[in-house]
Amino acid sequence: MRLLAIGLVAGVFSALFGVGGGIVVVPLLILAASVPERCATGTSLAAIGITALAGTILYGLEGDVDVDLGYAALVGLPAAAGAVAGSALQQRVSVRALSLAFAALLAGIAVWLLVV
Amino acid sequence: MSASAVAVAVSLGFCAGILAGLFGVGGGILFVPTLLGLGLGQLDAEATSLLAILPTVVAGTWRQHAYGNVRWRAALLVGAASVVGVQAGVLIATALSEDLLRRLFALLVLGVAAQLAWRSRRPSAYPSEP
Repeated sequence: MRLLAIGLVAGVFSALFGVGGGIVVVPLLILAASVPERCATGTSLAAIGITALAGTILYGLEGDVDVDLGYAALVGLPAAAGAVAGSALQQRVSVRALSLAFAALLAGIAVWLLVV
Repeated sequence: MSASAVAVAVSLGFCAGILAGLFGVGGGILFVPTLLGLGLGQLDAEATSLLAILPTVVAGTWRQHAYGNVRWRAALLVGAASVVGVQAGVLIATALSEDLLRRLFALLVLGVAAQLAWRSRRPSAYPSEP
């Protein structure tokens, strides 16, 4: 029941913002479904596959929204390589320093989005 | 598209993948701004981001499965329920103006930045876990 509620919230989030929904799935799996942290990240990735597939199809069916295959490949294929590297890193090193680096990168992007 | 724009897009794509592998997300939080930077509108960037998430999470899930970190039953339940939410999300996103959607997205990015910063300060980072 909790898992279904998590999925529902993640789906809305995913389609509204064009993200996978992992940002809500991972904390909710840990806090509401008592899944250990690493298992939560792995499980989230698998769930996102279904979420993103549904979102891609539904947006594709919208007449005035363009799902661009070329651009998706341009960022998505390097990301697939990055995901392999990131998963390996997660098993070995402390993610603390990397978390801080990503926090800084995202803060910069947020400022850019708000001012441009 | 200039060579430098391609290089930046590929680099940010790779970073999005690292984020995905480390934190169990799809990478959309970086895909969407990258696609906006390449000139796509907010809705097109979001829809295209969802497609870009697919190869990312397939690769990430494959690796995490090998490490024994995927609970398939939970993943299928969350994923199946999410399809209903996705329909609502598409309706909301297409009803809002792209400008408002972009501002809401910027707030989401800020929130994620804050969450990551908080996480980096927490004592229980992954390696200390069994």
